Order: sequence, then structure tokens, then C-alpha cells
Amino acid sequence: MLYSIGKDSSVLLRLAQKAFYPGPIPFPLLHIDTGYKFSEMIEFRDRYTAELGVKLIVHKNQAALDEGANPFAWGTQRCCGALKTTSLLDGLRAGGFDAAIGGARRDEERSRAKERVFSFRDKRGQWDPRNQRPELWNVFNTQVHQGESLRIFPLSNWTEMDVWQYIHAENIPIVPLYFAKPRPMLVRGESLLPIEQPIPRLPGEEPKLVMCRMRSLGCSPCTGAIYSEADTLPKIIEELVGMRRSERQNRVIDHDQDGSMEIKKQEGYF
Amino acid sequence: MASTTGTLPETDLFESFLEAEKAKDLLRLSTAGSVDDGKSTLIGRLLYDSRGIYEDQLEAVTKASVGRNVGAIDFSLLTDGLRAEREQGITIDVAYRYFATPKRKFIIADTPGHEQYTRNMVTGASTAELAIVLVDARKGMLPQSRRHAYISSLLGLPHLVVAVNKMDLVDYDQSVFETIVQDFRQFLGDAKIQSYFVPISALVGDNVVTPSSNMPWFDGPNLLEYLESVPVGSRTRRAPFRFPVQRVVRPDQHFRGYAGTVASGEIQPGDPVIVLPSGRRTTVQAITTFDGDLSRAEASEAVTLSLADEIDIIRGDVIVGVDEPPQQSHAIEATLVWLNASPAQLGARYRIKSATRQSTCTLNHIEYRININTLAHESARSLEMNEIAVVHVDSARPLVFDPYESNRTTGSFILIDPATNATVAAGLMRRSYDEGRSGRTAQFEWQLNNGALVLSLRNSNFGFTATTDEESSANSGPVAIEDIEAADALEHLLRRLRISLPNRSESEEGDYTI
Repeated sequence: MLYSIGKDSSVLLRLAQKAFYPGPIPFPLLHIDTGYKFSEMIEFRDRYTAELGVKLIVHKNQAALDEGANPFAWGTQRCCGALKTTSLLDGLRAGGFDAAIGGARRDEERSRAKERVFSFRDKRGQWDPRNQRPELWNVFNTQVHQGESLRIFPLSNWTEMDVWQYIHAENIPIVPLYFAKPRPMLVRGESLLPIEQPIPRLPGEEPKLVMCRMRSLGCSPCTGAIYSEADTLPKIIEELVGMRRSERQNRVIDHDQDGSMEIKKQEGYF
Repeated sequence: MASTTGTLPETDLFESFLEAEKAKDLLRLSTAGSVDDGKSTLIGRLLYDSRGIYEDQLEAVTKASVGRNVGAIDFSLLTDGLRAEREQGITIDVAYRYFATPKRKFIIADTPGHEQYTRNMVTGASTAELAIVLVDARKGMLPQSRRHAYISSLLGLPHLVVAVNKMDLVDYDQSVFETIVQDFRQFLGDAKIQSYFVPISALVGDNVVTPSSNMPWFDGPNLLEYLESVPVGSRTRRAPFRFPVQRVVRPDQHFRGYAGTVASGEIQPGDPVIVLPSGRRTTVQAITTFDGDLSRAEASEAVTLSLADEIDIIRGDVIVGVDEPPQQSHAIEATLVWLNASPAQLGARYRIKSATRQSTCTLNHIEYRININTLAHESARSLEMNEIAVVHVDSARPLVFDPYESNRTTGSFILIDPATNATVAAGLMRRSYDEGRSGRTAQFEWQLNNGALVLSLRNSNFGFTATTDEESSANSGPVAIEDIEAADALEHLLRRLRISLPNRSESEEGDYTI
């Protein structure tokens, strides 16, 4: 199971516990670590997976990092390609996995709206959106040949609101970054940029302490925070009720070209 | 996603907000329409007016609209997720959309109306309880509208909404609407699907989420009001208990349970059950979940059942109630929708997957193909993509099933090509044809015509002509052949020889007339 440490992964993990109860979760978790994740995410990952007693595999594209991969020098498309897409495909191959369960939802992004629950990937790990297997009822085609694989998205039909309400109802632990507190940020126009990793600054730009939180979690250089006072789950849900921007709006990588998620997905991106 | 507008709730208000959210049920619907019927516009309108679209998504499509020849916001750009779709202005694949109103949550399966993509329409309809068929008021009921309505009915959807769109382009003329209503009613005949007709303009917004002042002659609920009020989901709870086993859960020697989702009906500890296909009887001991044992479980709940007796059970077996058991057979008559570009081959082997059971099967007979435009039964040797037929399949392992019309979960299956692993067909169980055979009588018609005996299978174009003497007193009539083997042999021969009576042939079936 692909584990990204985000709220959707937390929900997925709870569903896996429930599905196999009273048995243990029978598969390992795979985290694709880009090296640019927030340290709070890594701490949470290590503590929570140990607590649940699940096996965790961490895969990192160290070669690309050694070559100096970062979004500023390489651009987001090339950086994501190396640290996420290539790394994910390598990680799956290294483990010999022919199926990977992920927490992606169809309501996140318009090309994900066309995604199957059981989504076929060819030998190179690529997605062909124009030639997908028809998926009827809840009868899933799980057949693959040697070298091919499936990505499985049990949360396909969940919305962001469903996820938060479930986290509240089930009391599921999540990374503290989702809750508002004063954090040092570079304020650039309407964007709040975390200074977790060194990022190039404009002349005279200094971090300010801003009451904010993360609405979705990615790599720190490419994930902006939002102004927020929501420091509890009810407040987050209340905030969501009045929310007028989508949750991936703060994700730079979705907007680097028209149809950018579709292109990344075809290449094998999660 | 934004589901309720208004001010931020206080803490106790938050509790009542959560209660209200929990109480919301879910309506899954599919939409279908021909190219240019304005389907994407309608969905965009529903999402936009119910605040299911965020500002940045709207900005993204307003930006993208510049490249296309459209004035205001082009709602279709919101729903057409793939670049090829936006470039060509068409919808290629099923897209799923989510929105909610204060009354209900909705999932829309947005399916293309393009002729070559009919398989997507079947896919979208398979999980829906309601279909919206869009009709262009200027064009009336097209063959594609009929196809959409028929597929919705075939796939067992309880509700159909015919939305007559672009009323603004026919001056909101009531008679245009009434003509389309009558055409549809005639086509639907006595189909079980419950239908509702509403005149709209998706572009302007008439009767979509607000009433229309342009059509005072229409006083029914607008589209959204209707979608919010149709009853959902009660059918599966009332049906007999069915529990396809998904996984045997055996963490240690002390626990042995069977995990799955209740497909229909309900169950309590102590209830007697039968395990199929073995037929062993036992009782339910406990209903186990992560959140503790339950005193009762019903349709759509995922649980683990433990049983009073040690019985050999594997994934694919079905645990059922003792009343109204399902059918069980190797030999199944089913309606098949062919989904793949390479045609169905008689005698070919496929993997069959029904609920949690997988087996191999042979497609050994095509009883008839259904002409989707006229609903006439036609003879066929193979099936092309998008064609629908009643067929016989023989499964290597016995299948436990219900007729599709009484249970969508235990009555549905897919066929997988073992060479390519493609999902090549969607199947709807009808009955076991072994069982059907014993009680059946074959009905033929005969006629004497200028010294020739014309014998034909009733309700079909099959038959043959033979010379005879003219001494007989009667010269036509029905005949029932009760010796089922003889009748089968005769029926088989007629179909095998593909002898079609020229004067009974109505459509384009010339290819097999001798």
C-alpha cells in the first residue's frame, strides 16, 4: 500500500485495519520519500506505523538527489519526474509488487475523475487514459500479466468532506501540519511558503510568523499553506464548509501546464 | 466539497451539522446524451449552482475557454478532464463527479453519448440508480436517446429522467416538449423503469435548480428537486440474504471467519444459513468488526461472519439465508453486452467473474441478438462491440447467482479475455438453462402454402419450407413440441442452418437467408 503520510493515507490505513480485522494488515506500506517532505511528516510516519505494527518500506531516489534534484534548479516537472514518478516505479519494481493501493480520490483533479478503482498499468508503469478497462458494478478485473501492475484506489468515490468527517468520526491520527498554529512563512502575494527547506528569496524578503495550516501535504518547497485559525477537526470541517478554493490549489505541480496531472499520471505518477 | 452554504456553525451547531451530514443519503446517477445535447453544460450547471465547483477550478476553465469559440464560462471544460476531450470538444471516457445539497449527496457518472463509446454508458449505468437522458428539443428522440433509455432499463435502474434540453431554442414551446414525452412513453412501453420528464435549458438555467419563468405551463418539480426526492437504496435491504465470501480470515487457531460485504438482506447471530455451492447448513455465530461485534448487519455493510460449524469455505463461496435460495448452475443463460473491439467468438473460453467467484467458461450459444434501436430479436453468429445478446455460457465451476433483475450483485458478471486480460463483456444473469429446459415447451407455427409446409419458430425469423401433399384439411396453426429433446434439436437445427423465412424477415438480416 502506498503511504504518503497525508490525511487520505491515514484514512486508507484505518480502512485496511478494519478490512483485515481481527487479522493484521497483510501487506507492507511503501513511502516514496522525496527528501523534501516536512520533518513533522517523517516523525509522524515513523511513530504511527510503529504503533500499528505495520511493515514500512521507504524508497528514495538517492541518485537524483545526489545529482542535485530540487524544484528550483530542475523545475517542478523534472523534479517530480525523478523524485516521485521514477522513484515510485523503482520502489514498486524493487519490491516485486504487482498491485499498489493508493488514497487518490476522483474529486481531487479532473483527470483523476476518469480513473478506475482498479487501474491498469503497462510494463513501463504507464497509464493509458483512452484505453482503460471498463469497470462495471463492483466486479473488478484484477488480472495482469508478468511485469504489468494495478493501482487500486479504494477512496475513489470519497470527497474531501467525506475524508474529514471520517477522520473526525473515527478519531484518526493525522500529521499536526493540518492544524493551524503560528508558523514562519514567506508571504509572497497570496501565497504562504514554508521555509522548512531553503528556498530562493526575493530581495529583502523575511519570514513572518503567520497563523496558518496545510490543506494538503506534499513536498515543502511546492506546498503552500493557507491562512487559517482552524486548530481542531470541527474547525477544519467548518472551514471547509465555507471554502471556495479546491484542496490542490496550493499544489504548484498541478498547475505547471494545462492537463499537467494527466501527463504526470500517464508517465506513472501517483 | 462545499455542501452547505452559510455562516460558521458554533460547537453545538457543529454537532447538529454532523448529524445532518450523516443523515444524508447518496444518489448515484448516470447521464447520457448525444454529442451537442449539452450534457456537460448541464453537469457543470448542477455543480456550479450547488456550489460543487471551486473558484480556482472555475478560473482554470475560464482561462482555457479563451482558446475555444465560446463566449461565457464553458461548463463542459470542467467535466471534460482529458486534454484530447477539451481539444476536440467531446467526452471520451466515463468521468465521476461529486456534489451535495443540504438534502442529499450525489455521484454523477458522466458518460459519453458518442456511438462508439456505448460501453461507457453501460459502465456508468451499472452503479447508478437513476439515469438522466438528455434530449435536444430541436432534434427530438434520436436513436441514441432510445439506446440510452433501453440500457438504463436493461441495467435495472429504477428511475429515468428525460431532460428535454435547449428549450430556449424552441421558444419554450410546450407542444415540442409534449411530442417528445409521447415518443418516449411509446418507446418505453411497459418497461419497469419509472420515468420523469422535465423541460430545461442547461445554458440559461431553466428548471435545473431553479423554476423557470419562461415555462409557466410546466408545474412539476425542477430537475434538482426531483433528484433530491426520489427514493434510494431500499430494494437491496428487502431482498434475501446474500454474502459472497471475499476472504477467509484466520489470524490464529482460535478464530476463523469469513470477510465480505452483505450484498442484500440482513443477518443476525443465530440465523440459520446455507453455504453454497457445498449446500452445507449451519448458523451464524458472530458478526465481527474492528469496532466490536454486531447484533445485526445489513446490505452494504462489510463484516466478518463466524459460523457455528467448521465448514470448508473458500473465497467465492456464497453464504445465503435458508429462504429463497439463489440458483446454482454450470449452465447459464445471460444477457451479454460486448465491450471489446475484437468480437465475441462462439466456443471461445473466457474467465468469468461474478461477485467474488472466478472461473473459466465457454461462450457456447448466442440465442439472439437484441437490435437496440427496434428491440427486435435477431440471429447472430458473433457479437461486435456495443452489441447486446442473450447467450448461453458454460462455467467450469458452478456459479451461485440470482437473476439480475432481482439482485444486481449476485446477478452480474464480467468476462475477461485470458490472452489480453481485457474486460470484454458485461453479463446479466437470467437463469440456469439446464433448469429452464425441463419445464419448457418449444412453440412453432406451421402453414400450408401452395403445397409447401412452412414451419417456423414462434417470435423469430427462423423456419423452413418443405413440400407436402395438399390433402390436409387445416392449412395453418400453432404447434407445441413437448418432447424437449426433439424441440431443442429442431430449434438448434433451424438456428444452426440460419434458415430465415424471407417473408418474415423485417430488417437487415440478409446475410443468413438461404
